[in-house]
Amino acid sequence: MDNLLAARSQMGMSLAFHIIFATIGVSLPLMMTIAEWRWRSTGDPAYLLLAKRWAKGTTILFAVGAVSGTVLSFELGLLWPRFMQYAGAVIGMPFSLEGFAFFTEAIFLGIYLYGWNRVPGWFHLLSGVIVAISGVLSAIFVTLANGWMNTPTGFDMVAGKFANIHPFVAMLNPAGIPEAVHMVLAAYTAAGFATAGIHGWLLLRRGRNRFDEVAIGIALLVGGGAVLVQSVSGDALARMVAARQPMKLASLEGQFQTETGAPLRIGGLPFPDERETKYAIEIPHGLSLLGFHKYNALIKGLDQEPQSDWPNVRIVHICFQIMVGCGSLLSLFALAGGWLAWRKRPLTEHTRFIKALVLVSPLGFVALEAGWMVTELGRQPWIVYHLMRTKDAVTSMPNVTITFTVMTALYVILGVLVVWLLSRHVIAAPETKQIEHPEVLI
Amino acid sequence: MNASVILAAIMLISLVIYSLLGGADYGAGFWDLVCSGPRKQGQRDLIAKAIQPVWETNHIWLILLVVLMFSGFAPAFSAISVALAAPVFLILLGIVLRGSSYVFRAYFTGSVRTQLYWGKIFSISSSLTPLFLGIVIGAISIDNVRVNDGISENGFLRAWFHPFPLVVGVLSLSLFAYLSACYLTVETDDPALQNDFRNRALFSGFVSMLVAFATYVFAGNFALEIRNGLSRAPYVWLVEVGAAIAALVAFQALWSRSYPRARIAAAAQVGLIVIGWGLAQYPYLVRPELTIFNSASPPNILVDIEIAVALGAVILIPSLALLLLIFKRDGKAISARVDKTVSEAFTRGELL
Repeated sequence: MDNLLAARSQMGMSLAFHIIFATIGVSLPLMMTIAEWRWRSTGDPAYLLLAKRWAKGTTILFAVGAVSGTVLSFELGLLWPRFMQYAGAVIGMPFSLEGFAFFTEAIFLGIYLYGWNRVPGWFHLLSGVIVAISGVLSAIFVTLANGWMNTPTGFDMVAGKFANIHPFVAMLNPAGIPEAVHMVLAAYTAAGFATAGIHGWLLLRRGRNRFDEVAIGIALLVGGGAVLVQSVSGDALARMVAARQPMKLASLEGQFQTETGAPLRIGGLPFPDERETKYAIEIPHGLSLLGFHKYNALIKGLDQEPQSDWPNVRIVHICFQIMVGCGSLLSLFALAGGWLAWRKRPLTEHTRFIKALVLVSPLGFVALEAGWMVTELGRQPWIVYHLMRTKDAVTSMPNVTITFTVMTALYVILGVLVVWLLSRHVIAAPETKQIEHPEVLI
Repeated sequence: MNASVILAAIMLISLVIYSLLGGADYGAGFWDLVCSGPRKQGQRDLIAKAIQPVWETNHIWLILLVVLMFSGFAPAFSAISVALAAPVFLILLGIVLRGSSYVFRAYFTGSVRTQLYWGKIFSISSSLTPLFLGIVIGAISIDNVRVNDGISENGFLRAWFHPFPLVVGVLSLSLFAYLSACYLTVETDDPALQNDFRNRALFSGFVSMLVAFATYVFAGNFALEIRNGLSRAPYVWLVEVGAAIAALVAFQALWSRSYPRARIAAAAQVGLIVIGWGLAQYPYLVRPELTIFNSASPPNILVDIEIAVALGAVILIPSLALLLLIFKRDGKAISARVDKTVSEAFTRGELL
């Protein structure tokens, strides 16, 4: 493995894990706050137990996320010193703000966890809200920095260097906001469906019980709600990509030739050497409509750039199809669930629905990882779109393969550990005394 | 005052806070490693009780430091990342290992043996990480880090594997251990346990003084600039005298078992040592080439970052004060009773 590939792999691996930890860490506080609010308005102890459990999950993921976040902040420099040397000043702002959002989250999480007995109820609930909001803000700030790498703005290039930098303009780059919204909704979708699925599976195993039912209710509301809004956000993001990063759009759609009224390809496999995407279902004019909301809009194809500057079209296209496919399936599922719920029978009575829920529940995370591959691999070979190549940013340090291997092994262990802890502390069956005497919880 | 100086001062403050909070966590891990005597388990339990998993957030001060550095002084961050890649990577390794093993140990409910095993990983990685943190500090204080166009002129080993950085590494570990022992005396009401950590604090405090002396001697051979920096301006002397006084107060307080006073004095001592290093290093970030002036981002960026930090502090400081107010005040029982009434009223739906 050469150094560039090893460095990319290490960064990719670190982010792939961090994105999962962070996603759950962003979503659980929302669900825990909803649960506490339901407990305070209904007095149903199952909600209180759930709030407690999800708060514990938030703590575990917060601690692990702090660790994997520290690693990332250092890896930016360790692996990409030249990128940081030139671009650090431009993208530092969102990272600085993220630090403060994280601090706020930590403080109020502390109040939430240990303050059940010490602060008035309304203030406790408010602390949960602040934890949820600051978690979302962290996610937004970090994604804004990634947005800048896709649509760099807020500076002039003078003699190959960034000059006249305006940090806030750079932070609010065109890709940033739509990407950030997409990311937050993806986090809610992924964690919401995964949580609902886990409790669905437990419900099938331990029979109908209040604890799993209310858990499914809240998690599905969060996940299903988010995935339905996600289609709007995805459309906004796609139009931004069409306008600002035509080559990225071309590679994620497998569009080799420049044409007006380009079709939308569903599925299919791109063959870069033959400059053709085969076996796809083509919807005439679909891509022009989606990209520019115009029937005959011109879509630039990959033929606009030399093949050496293309990303790995095949992988990008496949990942994009996976993301869109999973998202669509989950949207349908959310609509079906909403319809069933509207029919006034508790969702959990429909065993078939619960079984289906268990089946689709991992798809949110699949879509999240696939979508992240699309945005990162689709930007290649650039680390800063059309300004700096990834290979020019990589460290001169030898043997990156070794650090990659060591870090991968560590993260795998960390991942297993987190799953084990969550299963033990968050989703395990409640003890009878906890349900009958919820005051033991406080 | 110049924007570079202000940002550098903010970074130094972050480093001081990281040393006082995160440093004590590392030190606690070190004491966990060397627990001994009849109250071995009691000592372990006290350490586990004193550092909660939430305190992993102490690392945010380190993240803040890194982020401010790459926003404000990108070439310096880049140079450290290249030439000191090895110790920095080992710091990361240590942070991941100690963080994850700590979380695991804290929440593990299975066999005691497995728990002990994770505890070992936690304590060993806690002890090694400060060594490498100190090595990085030591390495940027001597003239070995020279990076040209992304290539380290002194390679990836010689830039830091050198007597002076190594002795600074040992100094960091001994100071963190000392600090942590002082904090731990206040965390328990058991006089026997208090006494255990008092003796440890006295011992590690004495060791850290010896190592500090060794550092000063080594600086004469390898890091003359920083030694000159220590004796340059009157205010540096002031800081050094302050650190010495704080050390005496801390020792006296430990001797006479006035633990709360010892804790404050020890924190002041370590804080002043870090500040003294920062002043002696001024205006360099990475010796011998990068200063806070020649590696600074344009002034408008520095000012923007400082505004962001100020706004952050406006939110942060009241929140922190609130946190301390809630958890450190007395009268826990009364507030619990009040809250119970309130939550019962909530439960009955009267407040909604």
